[in-house]
Amino acid sequence: MHHTKYLIVGSSHAGLSALDAIRLQDKEGSLTLVTQESCLPYSPTILPYVLSGQAQPDKVFLRDQQSLESLFVVFKPGAKVVAVDGKSRRVALQSGENIEYEELLLGTGAAPKLPPVQGLDAVPHHVLRTLEDALTLRSKIRKGGTALVMGAGLVGLHAAENLAKGGMKVGVVEALSQVLPGYFDEEASQMICRAFTDNDVRILLNEKASRVKGSDGQVTLILASGADLQAGVLVVATGVQPRVEYLKGSGVEVDQGILVDERMRTSVGGIWAAGDVAQARGFFEPSKVLNATLPNAVEQGRIAGMDMVDDPALKEYPGAVGMNTYKFFGHRAFSAGMIREGEGCEVEKVSLPEDFKYQKLVFKEDQLVGASGINSDLDPGIMVQLIRRKAYLGDVKARFCASPTDISRVMMTSLWR
Amino acid sequence: MGNSFNTIAFYQDKCDGCGDCVPACSKHHTGTTDPAHSRIKVAKDAEENSYGIALCRQCGQPQCVMNCPSGALSKDRTSGVVKWDKDKCVNCQICTLACPYGGIAYNGKTDQVMKCNFCDGDPACVKACPRGALVLKQVASIFNAWGDLEDLVVPGLSACLGCNSEMLLRHTLRRIGPNVVVATPPGCIAGVGSVGFNAKTGLKTPVFHPLLTNTASMLSGARRYYKRIGRDVTMLAMAGDGGTADVGFQSLSGAAERGEQMIYICVDNEGYMNTGVQRSSTTPYGAWTSTTPVGSVLRGKTRDAKPLPLLMVMHNCEYVATASTAFMEDYYQKLGKAIEAAKKGMAYIHVFSPCPTGWRFPTGKLIEVSRKAVETNIVPLWEYEYREGRIRFTHPVDKPLPVQAYLSLIGKYKHLDEKQTAFIQEQTNRKIEMLRNLAKEGKKEEVSSAA
Repeated sequence: MHHTKYLIVGSSHAGLSALDAIRLQDKEGSLTLVTQESCLPYSPTILPYVLSGQAQPDKVFLRDQQSLESLFVVFKPGAKVVAVDGKSRRVALQSGENIEYEELLLGTGAAPKLPPVQGLDAVPHHVLRTLEDALTLRSKIRKGGTALVMGAGLVGLHAAENLAKGGMKVGVVEALSQVLPGYFDEEASQMICRAFTDNDVRILLNEKASRVKGSDGQVTLILASGADLQAGVLVVATGVQPRVEYLKGSGVEVDQGILVDERMRTSVGGIWAAGDVAQARGFFEPSKVLNATLPNAVEQGRIAGMDMVDDPALKEYPGAVGMNTYKFFGHRAFSAGMIREGEGCEVEKVSLPEDFKYQKLVFKEDQLVGASGINSDLDPGIMVQLIRRKAYLGDVKARFCASPTDISRVMMTSLWR
Repeated sequence: MGNSFNTIAFYQDKCDGCGDCVPACSKHHTGTTDPAHSRIKVAKDAEENSYGIALCRQCGQPQCVMNCPSGALSKDRTSGVVKWDKDKCVNCQICTLACPYGGIAYNGKTDQVMKCNFCDGDPACVKACPRGALVLKQVASIFNAWGDLEDLVVPGLSACLGCNSEMLLRHTLRRIGPNVVVATPPGCIAGVGSVGFNAKTGLKTPVFHPLLTNTASMLSGARRYYKRIGRDVTMLAMAGDGGTADVGFQSLSGAAERGEQMIYICVDNEGYMNTGVQRSSTTPYGAWTSTTPVGSVLRGKTRDAKPLPLLMVMHNCEYVATASTAFMEDYYQKLGKAIEAAKKGMAYIHVFSPCPTGWRFPTGKLIEVSRKAVETNIVPLWEYEYREGRIRFTHPVDKPLPVQAYLSLIGKYKHLDEKQTAFIQEQTNRKIEMLRNLAKEGKKEEVSSAA
C-alpha cells in the first residue's frame, strides 16, 4: 500500500497553497497530491478564459511535473477518492487502490449545483467547472447560434459574455431580482446589467425556470411566469456545492460543507479541509459559512498546511471576507466585505452611471467593513486589508471618504509596510 | 533556506511628495513620462503632510502569485523579482485583490495590470529620488554572499543574553575568513568564550589571549614572523574599549605609528562590562557605572569619552572607521576595506557595542539602541582613508533625533536631569560639527611633491 506522510486530495488553489506551506517547514517528508482530474493542477477560475479562447488549454497549468518533482511531490492525476477511513488513516481510490496517510487535507472543491427544474436531467446541458466542461462548451459556440444561461452569478455571466462574443444570441435567466447578488448591490448590478443589454445579451430577472424540454438540438425553457424560451445551447450556472459524497461513514462532520475550526481541522483527528469544500467561520459572524472563492481557498489551504507541520507562525483563520474581481465588456469591478449596509452602518457612495463608474464604501463605527466599485481606482487589496485589519479610521475617516485611494495608500504605508 | 533578495526601502519621513520617481519609472518601462504607466504611485495625506507609496514589495511568499489562476505570476528564486507574464495573464485582476500593498495595479492605458520588475536590479525610482526616501537595500546580497560560509565560532559561547559581541564576532570572522590569527585580550570578547574552555579554543581559527596591555605589539610580532616565512596571514585584534583606549593604548599607538599591518577592532561597550561595569576612558559623560555612581552628589561620569577613532586618524592609519551592528551593510563594506588596508598598514574599526547587562536595557532592544545612537548623531558612522586624506560620512543623518530618543532607552542614563541632557545634546552637536568640518572637501592648492 502506498504510504505517505502528507496526503493532499485536490490539486487546485487550496491544495497547492497547503503544499507550499508544508514544504516551507518540511522539505522532504513524503507528500502525495491526488486529483480526480486527469491533468496537471489548474484553477477553475481560468475556465471562462478557456471558453473565450484567451487562455490556451495547454497553458493553464499552475505547476508542471518538474516543479512538483523538485518539491518531492508524488503527483497522482486521475485518482478519485471514494472513501476516507479516519481511524486507520486510509483513503480508498476509485481504482481500488488504498493510500495510507499520517495527515490528510481534503481540498476536493465544489461541483455545480443543479436547480430542481423538471426535465433538466433529460436534456443536454452544460456546466463550467472543469477544463473538459470549458472545452466542450467552447466547441458549441456558433456564430448566429442561440444560448440560454441559467443563473446570473460570476460563472453564468462570464459564460454569457463569452458566448455572446462568439457571435451567439444569449439570454440569461435569474431567479433573483439582480445579477451578482453576492458581490454587488442593486445599483451596481443595474450598471453591470446595462453592459450586457448594450451588448445584446438579454437578462431576465425574477424569472424562474419551471420546466425544460428538448428536441432536435433545441432546448425549451418554460418559465414560471408562463413564457418560454428556446435556444441551441443550455448552460446551467446556478451555483456550486461542496463535494463531500465520499465522506459517508467517515465520521467527518459535514453540514453544507466540511465543518472546520480556525485551523482548518475537521472533527476527525489528522484530517484537515480547505477551500470550496470547507465550511468555516465567517469574518463578521462566528457561524460557519461556505465561501467558494479563490483567495479564500489560498488562505485556508495555507493555514491548513501550516497547522499540518506545526508552523509556529500560524495565525488562526479570522473568517472569510467575501471578495472578488470581475471584468466584463471592457469594464472592471471589485467587491470586498459588506455590500449592503446593515444596521448602524454608514455609506459613502459615488455613482456616475453616464461615466459607468460606481464606488461604495461601507463603514461601521470607525471601521471600513465593505468596499466595492465599478471602474473605480481604489486598490482592491488595500481595501481588503483595511477591512481585515479592522483599521481604526477615527479622525482620518472624513479625509478617507474624500480621497480614499490616496489616504488608504498612505495608511497602508504607515500601518503595514 | 533560500536566497535573500535586495529590496527598495521607503523612508516615509524623508518623502516630500515631489513625485520624481513616477516619471522615472514610466520612462524606464515605456519611454514616456506618462504617470499612467508608473509602477510606483505616490499618495498624499495633505492634512498630515505625509506620503505613501504603492509599489511591489517583491514578497518572499507573494500573495499575487498564490492567487493567480493562470500561472502568469511567478517568483524568480534567483533574482527575487515577482514576474508577470503578459501572454499568460487573462486579466482577471484577482492579483489586485490579493496584494496588500497596491503593488500590482490596473493600467487604464493598456487595459492590463502592471508591476515593478526591479529594473534588472538597478531601480530607476531609487536613482530619481532626490531626498533619499527610496533606497536600494542590499543587505540581502551580503547574507547570500556570506551566509553560506562556515561560521568560525565553535558552539557553546557564554555571552550574556542579547550580547552584541557574539554577533560581531561571528560576522567579522565570516567576512575575514579562516586565514587569520585572532588576538582577544581580557574583556568580553575573550570572556564570551573565544579563547575557549578546558584547553580547547573557542574559535575554529588560531586565537590567543594577550595581556590587556600588549595586544597590538604581539600581533605586530606575529605578522612580522609570518611575513618572514613567506605567509600572508591577516592579524585581527578584537579588543574591548578598556583594552584599547586605556591600558592597551600605548602598544596600539606604537603599532599604529610604525604602520604595523593588522586589523584592530575595538568593541566599544563604553566601560569594563565583564568585570562589574567600571568606567573606562570611553565611558560617556553622565553614564552610570559602578565607579561613577549616582547619588546625592555624583550624577554619573563627569568627564566625556576619549575620541578614540579620531585619535587613530591622527596616527596616520591606513584606514579608520566607526561602525554599528544596526548597519550591517555598512559594516561589511568597511571590513572589506579594512582587509585591503591591513596589507599596507593598520586598519582600525571602532564598533559601537551597546551592552544590555551593563547599560541596563532589555535584551531585545540591542539593535534599536544601536540604531537610535546613529540616528541621534551620538554615534556618527564615518570612515577615513589615508590616501583620500579626509573623513567621509557613510550614513549621514540629515534630520537627527534629539539625544533623548537614545538616552531614554538606556538604564545607565535614567537619572539624567534636564541640564545634563542639554549638555549631552550640546556636546553631540559640537562633535558632529567638528566631524563635518573634517569631512569637508577643502582642497585648495597643493605643493607638488616633484617641486
